[in-house]
Amino acid sequence: MNAPILEMKNITKEFPGVKALSDVSFTVETGEIHCLVGENGAGKSTLMKVLSGVYPHGDYTGDILLNGEIQGFRHINDSEKAGIAIIYQELALIPEMTVFENIFLGHEISNSLVVNWNETIKQAGEMLKKVKLDINPATKVKDLGIGTQQLVEIAKALSKDVKLLILDEPTSSLNEQDSENLLQLLRDLKEHGVTSIMISHKLKEVIAIADSVTVLRDGQTICSLHARDGEITENVLIKHMVGREINNIYPPKKHIPTQEVILEVKNWNARNPSLGRDILKDVNFKLNKGEIIGLAGLIGSGRTELALSIFGNPGNFQISGDFYLNGKKQKFNHPKEAITAGISYVSEDRKGNGLILIQDVKQNISLANLKELAEHWVVNSNAEIKVANKYKTELNIKTPSVEQKVSNLSGGNQQKVCLGKWLFVKPNILILDEPTRGIDVGAKFEIYTIMTELVRQGMSIIMISSELPEVLGMSDRIYIVASGKIAGELKAQEATQEKIMKLATN
Amino acid sequence: MTFFNDVKKILQQNIREYGMYIALFVIMIIFTITTEGTFISSRNIVNLVNQTGYIAILAIGMTLVIIIRHIDLSVGFLAGFLGAIAAIAMADPKVVQAGMNLPVYIVIPLTLVLGIVAGLLTAFLVAQMKIPSFVASLAGWLIYRGAILVVTESTGTIIINDDAFNAIGNGFVPDIPGIGILPGIHKLTLILGIIAIVAMALSEFNDRRKKLTYNFEVLPTEIFILKVVFTSAIIGGITWVLSGYQGLSWTAVIVLVVTIIYNFIMSQTVLGRHIYAIGGNPDAAELSGISVKKLIYVVFGSMGMLSALSGILFASRLQSATTTAGTLFELDAIAAAYVGGVSAAGGVGKVVGSIIGALVMTSLTSGMNLMGIGISYQYMVRGAVLAAAVIFDVATRNTGK
Ligand SMILES: Nc1ncnc2c1ncn2[C@@H]1O[C@H](COP(=O)(O)OP(=O)(O)OP(=O)(O)O)[C@@H](O)[C@H]1O
Ligand SMILES: [Mg+2]
Repeated sequence: MNAPILEMKNITKEFPGVKALSDVSFTVETGEIHCLVGENGAGKSTLMKVLSGVYPHGDYTGDILLNGEIQGFRHINDSEKAGIAIIYQELALIPEMTVFENIFLGHEISNSLVVNWNETIKQAGEMLKKVKLDINPATKVKDLGIGTQQLVEIAKALSKDVKLLILDEPTSSLNEQDSENLLQLLRDLKEHGVTSIMISHKLKEVIAIADSVTVLRDGQTICSLHARDGEITENVLIKHMVGREINNIYPPKKHIPTQEVILEVKNWNARNPSLGRDILKDVNFKLNKGEIIGLAGLIGSGRTELALSIFGNPGNFQISGDFYLNGKKQKFNHPKEAITAGISYVSEDRKGNGLILIQDVKQNISLANLKELAEHWVVNSNAEIKVANKYKTELNIKTPSVEQKVSNLSGGNQQKVCLGKWLFVKPNILILDEPTRGIDVGAKFEIYTIMTELVRQGMSIIMISSELPEVLGMSDRIYIVASGKIAGELKAQEATQEKIMKLATN
Repeated sequence: MTFFNDVKKILQQNIREYGMYIALFVIMIIFTITTEGTFISSRNIVNLVNQTGYIAILAIGMTLVIIIRHIDLSVGFLAGFLGAIAAIAMADPKVVQAGMNLPVYIVIPLTLVLGIVAGLLTAFLVAQMKIPSFVASLAGWLIYRGAILVVTESTGTIIINDDAFNAIGNGFVPDIPGIGILPGIHKLTLILGIIAIVAMALSEFNDRRKKLTYNFEVLPTEIFILKVVFTSAIIGGITWVLSGYQGLSWTAVIVLVVTIIYNFIMSQTVLGRHIYAIGGNPDAAELSGISVKKLIYVVFGSMGMLSALSGILFASRLQSATTTAGTLFELDAIAAAYVGGVSAAGGVGKVVGSIIGALVMTSLTSGMNLMGIGISYQYMVRGAVLAAAVIFDVATRNTGK
């Protein structure tokens, strides 16, 4: 057993109305990869924010020891100086800047006043080599895929001479290949003496990479497990996380899809005028009443664009082709019309275009269907609270009250608010874009159960997901999207991960 | 004592909201002391309200504009220009000579419509042509500045001698005639004040009762009563001060009505919710079925209409249209909104807050005038107060709810 690089002792952190951490202790050995798991709202992100000085010393009780010395970080700069770098779930790169500018942002290489760009570019190149990224440092970040951006973030951390790297759900929006690259990189960094703490809801990944795992539940440490003792298995993790055993990851299929076509898209093309590029090419697919179809494919294959082009086309793409709803040809010019026609779209980007973070839970849930709560345009705020509480209970949203600001909720609970918002619209067709991103195992099962219940009641669901097991476990039929085209269609019974990946990458 | 703890907790949670009222209160006390009571005299308060009127009206519109993450710089000169148009239509010597002058009850709606059209024009540039509102309205600022000069070029200042029009900015609501008691007190104002208190209390009780039937959280009983008593005292105090002079001025009535309407829209209606949603996250709002474009038209259209109203109030107050009318109004309105707690980041702000903000700013001017402080220092003090208000706002943003 190596000496601990980090010890957090009896950390307690409270927010108004919420005890996010109570008496949490947590030890990380030098040179290991330590995973932090737990249900949504268990306090994982909060613990890491305490560590990195986002919540300054004095805002919490307890001690942080780095290499045996007590630390009192008052600001994130302090922890950076001590060799701690944190990579948040939401990327913090500046899209309009180049890769090298981003890597050295905040600690520019300069002789007194003037930035030495040549040296910057050279060193940025070295950092990129360390993260095995073969790109031109002068590329703008906005032109990179999300997986590549994640690696640039790590390169940025490395440029600060990091000893302890913290990653909060780094793979939640990466595809399998990018995730694998990232995990491999963490292993390489470990060889070079960098200790990592990783938060993740993807237990397979945790098992593959962790030397140790600490489980949090309701703001308390439940246990720490070590790979060398052979303690880390999926069942054990789930049991500690949820507090009970979960035997099935997917609920049994109780529904039988009908053959009644509710939505059909024919010869559908879309062009993004601002990028000057065709994003959808000759797409054909249909959805039956009471059916769940999965849209599988790589990130960036055009699945979200396909969903949006149906959902009133808010991106103002140039569209051609036919769209039928209940056999009737339709054309929506605004999401409003799609919503009125009974379609809901739960966005993949809850912070970007899913939620209004500065508003509270109830206002977010009611937003897309305020008219139902209003009489003569006057909103009945009591009815609103009632509706919000209903979804809070049904979806098990962890929040002290529905008047809590959504920005104060944990990531997974924000996702549930999104879902509640769109269920309140009472749609016939529900489009779910990465519905379980950042959601814990227990809550995933809850969401899957809700989905099966909804289709049993006659709703139809289009599920976009980059998690193949989920696509396989939940869909009745699967369409594989690749480069803006439908590359294939598979029935649930005949589909396998290999078949899907083959179609998706061709 | 749980009571004091409750009070403390509630004050802490809502410090952002109450901060402005406290600031206004403190400023009033300071000036009352430094001017040995002149500041709080009925006459001065009535004057102060009338002075605040045209800025308060602009501040209400500006609140909505800033909430949806835009800005409108053109409103000052637009107000000045439309005031001049109204004056010309009623009273320009040449127009009168030709017998083409219009009566006041046509001129006012006409001016308001012109204001809406002007607002929609800005909205067109912002929503359709995707020009940043700062630039689009700066263009308006220049254009309306020029337009005022054009229409007042030949005549210079246009004197308005329509009594009805001039009463808007200078007149008072007449008292009920023939009541002998309480001489020197404006009885109608007093009665209206009492009605306002009763209505306020009833609606608070009603609201609380409804919440209780739903089993929702409400304020503890003592604090609820304290709140009602406190609010009653404030309304009562204002009523008493106003009724000691000539009662409610027409300007006060107009500001009050506009405030009540806009406050109602913003806090109770679907439209208000949509406006806040757009300010909070325009992309999320769009995906929720809200047409951002349409609401840009609504908000700028309303701003235009209120600019016209402000122009009418100002022209009426001066009983004339001048070549410099509207100068710096837009900045006063923006400052009032920020002092009143509107967030530059969008999505946050209350109409009533902006009114308080406007009152804070005019109180400063009025108080310092009474103290005989020079105009140069007045600007500096007002600048410092604006900065302090925004600092307070940012510092308290993350506390409480
Ligand atoms: N700024 C805040 N104000 C109030 N409550 C907060 C705040 N930040 C977090 N919380 C609460 O603290 C608890 C822990 O949140 P945290 O974000 O640490 O959870 P998490 O384990 O990271 O969950 P997830 O897996 O969903 O991301 C939650 O109940 C959350 O609502
Ligand atoms: Mg988290």
